[in-house]
Formats: sequence, structure tokens, C-alpha cells
Amino acid sequence: MTIEVRNLVKKFGSFAALDSVDLKVDNGELLALLGPSGSGKTTLLRIIAGLDWPDSGELAFNGEDALAQGARERHVGFVFQHYALFRHMTVFENVAFGLRVQPRAVRKEEAAIRARVKELLDLVQLDWLADRYPSQLSGGQRQRIALARALAIEPRILLLDEPFGALDAKVRKELRKWLRSLHHEINVTSIFVTHDQEEALEVANRVVVMDKGRIEQIGSPDDVYESPATAFVHGFIGESIELPVRIADGVVRLGDRPLALDADGLAPGASRLFVRRHDMLVGPPGSGAFEGAVQQVRNFGPVQRAEVALSGGQTIEIDAPRGKELRAGDAIGLQPRRYRIFAG
Amino acid sequence: MTMQLADSVSLSPSEAKARVHAAAARNNLRTEPRAVRIVIIALAVLFLSVFVVLPLVVVFAQAFSRGILAYLAALAEPEALSAIKLTLLVAAISVGLNLVFGLVAAWAIAKFDFKGKTFLITLIDLPFSVSPVISGLVFVLLFGAQGYFGGWLRDHDIQVLFAVPGIALATTFVTFPFVARALIPLMQEQGTQEEEAAISLGASGLQTFFRVTLPNIKWGVLYGVLLCNARAMGEFGAVSVVSGHIRGETNTMPLLVEILYNEYQFVAAFAIASLLAMLALVTLIAKTVLERHLDEGHARDH
Repeated sequence: MTIEVRNLVKKFGSFAALDSVDLKVDNGELLALLGPSGSGKTTLLRIIAGLDWPDSGELAFNGEDALAQGARERHVGFVFQHYALFRHMTVFENVAFGLRVQPRAVRKEEAAIRARVKELLDLVQLDWLADRYPSQLSGGQRQRIALARALAIEPRILLLDEPFGALDAKVRKELRKWLRSLHHEINVTSIFVTHDQEEALEVANRVVVMDKGRIEQIGSPDDVYESPATAFVHGFIGESIELPVRIADGVVRLGDRPLALDADGLAPGASRLFVRRHDMLVGPPGSGAFEGAVQQVRNFGPVQRAEVALSGGQTIEIDAPRGKELRAGDAIGLQPRRYRIFAG
Repeated sequence: MTMQLADSVSLSPSEAKARVHAAAARNNLRTEPRAVRIVIIALAVLFLSVFVVLPLVVVFAQAFSRGILAYLAALAEPEALSAIKLTLLVAAISVGLNLVFGLVAAWAIAKFDFKGKTFLITLIDLPFSVSPVISGLVFVLLFGAQGYFGGWLRDHDIQVLFAVPGIALATTFVTFPFVARALIPLMQEQGTQEEEAAISLGASGLQTFFRVTLPNIKWGVLYGVLLCNARAMGEFGAVSVVSGHIRGETNTMPLLVEILYNEYQFVAAFAIASLLAMLALVTLIAKTVLERHLDEGHARDH
């Protein structure tokens, strides 16, 4: 199933949750909608599910107008952030719900329903919980039951709203891997919403970065990480150092200090320089574009994170490999291995 | 339990000391002096005895003052039986209507956003803030011989006032808020996610209501129905205005109690009153049980 979103606008009062959004999702994709809270990602997901309606714009599944259908007809599996399991039903009945409410003409026989639920519980590896109530399950188990319930109706599209948002870090990591392999197995077009970049980059085939109701960049995890299209994407994905610079006469300046950086093709004026923390290479004083003094060093496994006061007055954090130990008070030179400059 | 266990083992002197300190610390947390505490508790007990326990005892004492046979005979009077029947009928009608109204109103208010929502909530509370006598008079104005619909009703030979329909209407009006009030906060707290999940799984509106919404609020519904029923059976003011006090026909139990009392038939009056008192006791017990279920529902969610 392909999904096509054209020029979608949704306003809540004067706040534009979605501001003219265009998006194409291919068949069988596992797509992440990534953005900070309030970026419109959940609104977009709910509109695709039919739980919300846009003010204007188009939505098509396989080229067919989906806005003409209600949530009930769209055949979209939705996994809610807080799972929304039916609290008065057992796990078994929760999963069976979508099968039991089908119109009599197409409803399966009881035995077939039982077999299908069993199969789904096996798929999410929780068949032993069939008789429990949702309140008796852990967060990760609830999450998987919610997923099994959504899959029961054999959805054409699977939508997940912050699927791991409410789980602790360890369970989250396990479930990520599991979701990836599950998607590989069932291969249904899936979109999940997250504010966690690591999650998006690790799980999705393609990532859509959103901010303030607009799409900032669409690309593979490598694309959005390695070549961020906008200042927002660079700042949001990966840990970045951001410095205010000025471009004038083909020279990049930080405060008064000219930097030995390439200014070709950059528009003159106030700009922002972005460097990944681990792309700042440490050398002896005078060896790089920046000069600074190490303030503080903390070790994080394979890297040492140093707070460096630049000669211009700014303080930045860099991640250096553990080989050559840095110490507070060291005077160092810094050269960005890779960097990007965005106007504005 | 733990205290007893602790007492049964012998304690080393230092442990015993620690426990004394702990007990003293606990006592210190209650800042009021002992005397003040005793006075406050005594006042509360005295108040409850005079205003709640004593009247209840008096009702039953009076009802049985000539023995159990006189009591049963008073209840077996045709007038008493007809009042009991009428009261049950009216309660059944008004509880039934308010169950439907209350569910619909709470559903609309809790699950949907629309203009005038706050106004609707205020309107639902109106019967609580209006004197029941006024509520009764409204129906006299509407359906009485001189009322807006009086002529039309007479032409079509429909009796509303001084008959079951009038009493049921007045009672329904007075007890309108109970079910809705019990459900609105409950449904608001539960939100709409489970309903959304049901619909995205292909359930129709009705299936969603009967399979998801209703099971989640069933204890709340029972709670509202219980309070609504207690009030419907006990309603005096509004019913008194519209009933016409036709003996054996339009007297409900509360009305009959007053009439019998005014005629110095104390045993009969208090016999009926004792039934209402028993209703109150049963309601209280049922209410406690239901509240426990409602609390459990809360506890399970967290």
C-alpha cells in the first residue's frame, strides 16, 4: 500500500499543527516521523488513521482518496502511545476484538478467530499471557499486545504513535530490534512517530524530520545524519556544536576572528556553523581553525567529553577519542573534520 | 499484626528503646493535645447520634410501638400498598429515563467537543439548584387546567397532573442530574483512546459503545442509578405539588407518611417511614460496595 499526502493543512485555533505537508510513502516501507513535540508528527499520523481530519489537502492510499473514508473503513492498524488496551478485556479478547466486530457476513467462525489470535500472540511471543488483563502486564508486554491487536485486522497500513515512548531504556532497545525484524516478516507499510533520533535512525528505512508543522528533510538515516538539509535537522539529529558566525568578503568569522574555513558559495551575512562533536579534531595550539582551553573532562566509555572555552569566548563540548588524554587547563587547537554553515 | 509479631519476640534493650522513641515520634506528629482530640471526637459522635442515629431509632421504635402485627397490618392497608406500588412505578420510570438521558449527556460531554458544552453542564445541574416545589409548580404551569398545554390535553382527554405521568415527570426532573453527574468525571478521566482504538479496529459506533465504553463505566452507571433511585423514591416537594393527594391513587410513600401523621396514625405513618429508612440503609451499603469497585477501577489503571 502506498500513501500519498498532498498539501495537508491542519490548524488548531491559530496554531498550525500541519503547514502544507507533502509526503509519499512506498509500499512496504518502514518510515519514521521524527521531530520535537509540537512538530505535527502525531497529528499527521492521526489524519492518516482517520482519527483526525485535515482542514485542507489530500490523502490517498494506492491512489484512492482516503479522506472519503472514516477510520473504520480505512483498515489501518493503529498502536497508541499509551496502548489504549481495553482494560476490562483479557489479552486474548483484546486481540480478538477487531475480528469479533466485523460484519456478520465476513466475520470468521469462533474457531478461526481463536486460531488467528493464537497465531498473533505467538508472533509477539506472548501466548502465555492470553488470560491476563492489561493491568497485569508490564509496559513492554502491553506494547506488544497492542501491536498484535492492531495486526489482527490484517491492516493495509500500520501506524505507531511513539511506540516505545513510555518504556524504560533497556526494553526500548530490545523492542526496537524486534519491531524491525517483525516488519521484515510481515512487510506491511508502516509509519511510526518518535521524538527519539536514535530510535528513528536505528529502526526506519527512511526518516522524515518535522518541525513546526513542516517537513524539514526526508531521507535515509544516513542522509539525514550525514547531510542535514537545514540548520534545524543538523541541530536536532546527532550532537552538534553550534556557533554563530559571519560571512563577509569570502571569509568566515567567529566574532572578530577569521576562521580558516572554506566560504565558497556562502551568502554573506549572519550564519550558523554546525560541527558534530566527534568531528572536532584536537591538535596542538595553532594547528586548527579554533583555539581553546580545556575546562573539564568526563569519560564516556570510548570517548572523552571535554568542555572547551574558545578564544572567542564561547564554550563548546567536544567528543575526543580516548587515545590521547586531555586535562583541564590544556591549551589546544581544534579543526573541524566536517562542518556545515547555514544562513540565518 | 506486625505489632503483635514484634511483641512476641524478646527485644534487646536498645531495640526496645528505639521502639519507644518511634512511638513517641508518631505521637508527636499529631500536634493537637490529647484533651482537644477527645473533645473533637466526642462532638462528632454526639452530633451523629442526635442527627442521624436517634431519628433512625425513633422511626423504627414508633413503627413497632404496637407490636409487629400492628406494623404488618399498617403495611397491608390498601392505601399503603397502593402508595408502595406507585412509588416503585414512578421510581422505575424516572430512573429508566434518567439512565438514558444521563448516559447520552455524559457521553456527549465527555467524549466530544462542541460549543455550549459548559452551558449544558450548568443546565444539567439546574434541578439541584432549584427548590423541588418550584420544579413541581413548573409542571402545573405547563400541564395544569390553566397551563400552556392544559386546553390541548383536556381536548384529547390526557391526564398529566394529579396522575402518574405528572408525578413521573416531576420526579424525573428532580433526579435528572444523578446519573450524568456520576458519569461525566469518570468518562472524562478515561478519555477517548479506547474508543479510538475500537473504531480503528473496525467497530461501529454502537459496538464501540456497548463493548468498550459501557463496560468501562458500569460501576459508575450503577452508582448513579442507585442515588437516582433513592432520591426518586424519597422525593416529596415536587411530587406533592403535582400529585393532588388522591388517596389510594396518587399518593407516593413520602406523601402518605405526611397524611397519616397529620391524622395521628403514628404506627401507620412510621411503618411506611421505616420502609423508606430501610431503603436508605440498603442504598448506603450498596453505595459503599460500589465505591469500592470504582476505587479498584482507579487503582488498576495505575
